[in-house]
Amino acid sequence: MTQWIAACDVEDIDPEDVLRFDHGTRSFAIYRDPAGAFFATDGRCTHEAVHLADGLVMGDQIECPKHNGRFNYKTGAALRAPVCVNLTTYRVRVSGAVVEIEIG
Amino acid sequence: MTMTDDLVRKRDYSLTGPSSQRALEIGLASAEWYHSDVPRRVMKELMQRRDGPAIRDTALWIGLLLATGAGGMWFWGTWAAVPFFLVYGVLYGSACDSRWHECGHGTAFRTQWMNDAVYQLASFMVMRNPVSWRWSHVRHHTDTLIVGRDPEIAFMHPTAVLPGLLHFVGVLDIWHWMRTLLRNAAGIVGPDERSYIPDSEVPKAILAARIHIAVYAGALAAAVGMGSILPLMLIGGPRIYGTWHMFMTGLIQHGGMAEDVVDHRLNSRTVLMNPVSRWIYWNMNYHVEHHMFPMVPYHALPRLHALIRHDLPAACPSILAAFAEMIPAVLRQRREPGYYIRRELPPTARPYREEFHQSVPERASMR
Repeated sequence: MTQWIAACDVEDIDPEDVLRFDHGTRSFAIYRDPAGAFFATDGRCTHEAVHLADGLVMGDQIECPKHNGRFNYKTGAALRAPVCVNLTTYRVRVSGAVVEIEIG
Repeated sequence: MTMTDDLVRKRDYSLTGPSSQRALEIGLASAEWYHSDVPRRVMKELMQRRDGPAIRDTALWIGLLLATGAGGMWFWGTWAAVPFFLVYGVLYGSACDSRWHECGHGTAFRTQWMNDAVYQLASFMVMRNPVSWRWSHVRHHTDTLIVGRDPEIAFMHPTAVLPGLLHFVGVLDIWHWMRTLLRNAAGIVGPDERSYIPDSEVPKAILAARIHIAVYAGALAAAVGMGSILPLMLIGGPRIYGTWHMFMTGLIQHGGMAEDVVDHRLNSRTVLMNPVSRWIYWNMNYHVEHHMFPMVPYHALPRLHALIRHDLPAACPSILAAFAEMIPAVLRQRREPGYYIRRELPPTARPYREEFHQSVPERASMR
């Protein structure tokens, strides 16, 4: 069963940046693109489980802070070695000043 | 004797043996590493990519290579060629390593094709398979100096002195990597390589090796045809006569430091050095900083160093000081596998995480 959970406030993330959000034993990455829209993916790189929130957001891409692997955080697509496996993405909505993500 | 004691004494550095299994079992592989606190806003600035510094440095590098190579050819057969080849050799046989490294990280240029182009050129010059070494270095960053996991450990315990010295003339290095290239070109990729290269990348590694070998064969044929070693002075040879700077700076990165710890302050060394060496080395003298934050481009490392040095052991003040510190430790490691230099932290630093050092019993008893 899916549920919407509050991840952060809108103001917590600058445009073209990312924030780590832990929920229970899971870790997520919440993104704000340069135009201000929000997105969410699994928080750890599919290559070596490094937290993506320590990486650099460049346009539509997030770069793993350890090995330069890159993903499109809007689609989850793996774009550059050493990442080969896509990221799981999650639906996001903004409720007032709060960013919520839908998790299963 | 327990199995762990036995592993420590034997120091099995293969990537498919019991040390590798042990690293996986006790959580040393793909572990979460210590890093100093840097405000997010500042780290974003530090990680920003720029084309300008690397275009300037690469234009200068290529320009100097062409000029000194041309000078060496012009004066070939006279003593006047010597200074040209001394410079050309270092630009080719040493600077290639730092260019290979930084472009492999994708941090030298903002424009990706520029990183890829310089990476391919520098990989050829440094005689490394551009595919397999990309994956090898990924593992080096995931598991720095973790025995059984890191394929790039220079001093394996018990250390051997002669190979360390021969590195400076590239003999062993060339022998090793040329054999690897030949093996790869023949379609053979060994079990250690396969432990870090994904199956999908293996055909690319074989193709790259074949291209490299074809160029080297062309240079050799030209030398035979001309009855002169000049073609090999220009292609391949600099990895012998010009590689000394690469090893002078490279061996002090981790030499004498701790294995099997997850804190780069314990297994890496930052060394302050002269501007010429820093240019050849592209600031990799800030090695603790580089390992802690590998996505910070080379041109931003001095600023990163200034920001976090309160949390790091004091940098070695010179290359000479680094060797003076490293050599006695490496010599001691010949008969005391597991010995390492434990560098003192300043009072402003967060302490080492001692719990991570208990996994190697011999090491724990040395403190």
